[in-house]
Amino acid sequence: MKHKHYQQIEENIYAETLSNGLRVFILPKQEMAKTFAIFTTNYGSIDQSFVPLNEQNLQTVPDGIAHFLEHKLFEKEDRDVFQDFSKLGASANAFTSFTKTAYLFSATSKVRESLQTLVDFVQDPYFSEQSVEKEKGIIAQEIRMYDDQPDWRAFFGTIKSLYHHHPVQIDIAGTVESIHNITKDDLYTCYHTFYHPNNMVLCIAGNVDPEETMAFIKDNQAKKDFEAPQPITRKFPDEPKEVAKKELTITMPVSVPKALVGIKENVIPEDPKQFMEKEWLMDIVLDHLFSKSGVAYERLYEEGLIDQSFSSESHLERNFGFSIIGGNTKDPEKLAQRIKQELLNLQSTSMDHQSFERIKRKKIGQLLRAMNSLEFIANQYTHYQLLGIDFFDSIDWLEKLTHADMLDFTRDWIKEEQLSTCFVKADE
Amino acid sequence: MTETLERVIPREGYDLHLIHTKKFKTIHLSLKFTSNLTRDNITKRALLPYILQQGTENYPTAIQLRQQLDELYGTILAVDSSKKGENHIFTIRLELPNEQYIAGSQDLLDKGIAFLREIIYQPKLVNQAFDPKIVAREKETLRSKIESLKEDKMSFANTRMIEEMCKEEAYRLRVHGYEEDLDEITAEDLYSYYQQILSDDHLDVFAVGDIDGLDVEEKITALVEERQQQPIEKAMKVTKDNEQTLIEEDDIKQAKLHFGYRTNITFNDEDYPALHVFNGLFGGFPSSKLFMNVREKHSLAYYAASRIESHKGLMFVFSGIAPEQYEKAKTIILEQMEQMRNGEFSDDQLSETKEMTVNQLRETLDNPQGMIELHYQSVLAKSTITPEQLLQKVNTVTKEQVIHVANKIKLDTIYLLTSKEAEQSEA
Repeated sequence: MKHKHYQQIEENIYAETLSNGLRVFILPKQEMAKTFAIFTTNYGSIDQSFVPLNEQNLQTVPDGIAHFLEHKLFEKEDRDVFQDFSKLGASANAFTSFTKTAYLFSATSKVRESLQTLVDFVQDPYFSEQSVEKEKGIIAQEIRMYDDQPDWRAFFGTIKSLYHHHPVQIDIAGTVESIHNITKDDLYTCYHTFYHPNNMVLCIAGNVDPEETMAFIKDNQAKKDFEAPQPITRKFPDEPKEVAKKELTITMPVSVPKALVGIKENVIPEDPKQFMEKEWLMDIVLDHLFSKSGVAYERLYEEGLIDQSFSSESHLERNFGFSIIGGNTKDPEKLAQRIKQELLNLQSTSMDHQSFERIKRKKIGQLLRAMNSLEFIANQYTHYQLLGIDFFDSIDWLEKLTHADMLDFTRDWIKEEQLSTCFVKADE
Repeated sequence: MTETLERVIPREGYDLHLIHTKKFKTIHLSLKFTSNLTRDNITKRALLPYILQQGTENYPTAIQLRQQLDELYGTILAVDSSKKGENHIFTIRLELPNEQYIAGSQDLLDKGIAFLREIIYQPKLVNQAFDPKIVAREKETLRSKIESLKEDKMSFANTRMIEEMCKEEAYRLRVHGYEEDLDEITAEDLYSYYQQILSDDHLDVFAVGDIDGLDVEEKITALVEERQQQPIEKAMKVTKDNEQTLIEEDDIKQAKLHFGYRTNITFNDEDYPALHVFNGLFGGFPSSKLFMNVREKHSLAYYAASRIESHKGLMFVFSGIAPEQYEKAKTIILEQMEQMRNGEFSDDQLSETKEMTVNQLRETLDNPQGMIELHYQSVLAKSTITPEQLLQKVNTVTKEQVIHVANKIKLDTIYLLTSKEAEQSEA
């Protein structure tokens, strides 16, 4: 077991990769009452086409299957796993994103038992035709709930406008129609391919003893048989550089219209440090423009185009990346046009040295504050681990970024062809 | 883990609450001004948080103010209004990194406190009133906030239900205020009302974090200007005999079925710990009756849950269902309540629920905001019980106490927000 101490932030990480390939990370924080554990597979809604374990040919599965599988893993032949956690006084949950499926719990007592429950239930699937059918009704309600949420629709609408073929444009939960086609056998195929320990990370943060906890996990894994680790072949369609649709309008009952502008990323660095630097720089530049202390935010606010709902966010993954900027507005066309203008003028109105240093300070403070949360630490640590990056090391990279790095980055970050707009408007 | 103790120091004009803990890498300062909920003042109190964040004497524009926060390593300033029971709470909060974790940072706490003082006591003024331009614009901001609230259907349904359920009580008031009040509010009125909050509300000041040895007590003395502490008034308890059902329509795909109950049990009552356990068994967790039956057994909903209100004595049930499943879902939810009254839950379920409830409360104490809110509940209830004592009481709740609580809880209102199409297709 490796131990690493990060002096400035006073955190410790204990890490080990087990013989079956499972990566385990433990971050002890004895002051906390709680322990949070998250067991994550590198498998999300975008992993639609792949070569199943021990097979030769590429297969494509129905939209929304990773999320469906997440739901079904909680159900066993004789019980619902939520109840197992309840019996231990722990609270459990799970989520599916574009690239990950994660199972988690938090507890203030009987942590060992909950940890065992977590690892065992994820590694012991039970799918039946009957329970698969039953789940379709529940997930259909979940999809309908999202259908009524304008912010969610706008977010996905923007992604759809950015991408021609890449599966990031598929709704994470699928559609009522697509999930209808999911079978028990599909679930097993996905499970056996993507839930191999070699494709997973277990991260535990909180009130635990690292040595004992690691020994416990090793012992648990030693008792189980897995096939030899093998690489997974995933297939993604070729995606053009330019956006799929310059403009997309969603009609649904909203009291205030929305306008969002999307930026499609075409260059994603392989090197972990460069990848991370790109992510920080995207974040810093968007902050400089569009955060509450941003220069464009002030202009748009003065022009009466935005309100408190205005925000920006970025996602950068191994094979796709995008940013979304916007919010509620009285004049959607005007707002979209103004956001695009701000983005395309980036080079000529670029930020000065002092502003760059100020935003860096802010980012460092934000990270420190976020570290109050065990969930944040474990989630971020896992996220970057799956991208081949040590999250705590990356803070150091942030501190070392220079104003010149930023100028280099903005020189060719954004071209018109990478921008799209999504409107949400009420029927007239 | 060691228990974190709160020191309460009554000061001239306010109560100071110091909570020293090594759990967090930040220091939190929170000023909570509270007064009764009234229809006359609610919109002003909802508008003020927006105004105060638009500028001060030394940082006269929003961007200057925000950039100063960035300079303080991304210190967070939050000003908001909320209701607990029939109290309206106006909170001004600062969250700053503890400088021991940032190389090269100096006097962050002093700078933070000076900034907070400026926000509270030196807002941007024009002729002894708030800047009328700012007021005019922030009215629009609030107006669009009020409009957009209608889009969160779960919260909209709950707001509508409470309005009907508590028609004669202050609790009905919308915490974000009312659009129709906005036109009449002037910059002068608003400023003079703000002065009234500063001098006449009940005030509590919280400081949380690794604060021992930082002279926080002394520093806060310089933060708060002279004032007189006021008493807190408690919510009225209401008992009603008749139940009502309300059905409203909206342009939605998923219907919202909500129930409003009166528990008449508040934070200070003997039965309060048992009410927590009741809620855990009934609808507070994924193992609860509501989730297990409405969602898992009958696949009727994606969510079905209950939540208690601790200062007025209410309980709400929330569910999102297909519009045509209304009768069926209603029957099942009412059945779960009957089962609770008849004590149809096992000893194991009881002890698991107690453990989850304790777990949940302890987890709240791992979060700085949660820690402040939990301690503030005691303030509003005029109770001296500590969070740890509440946990101990939860641990000793018996099955009889839960049944006793279940039988005290009375259904008041059933509220359905359903789709327009559903009504048409049935008709």
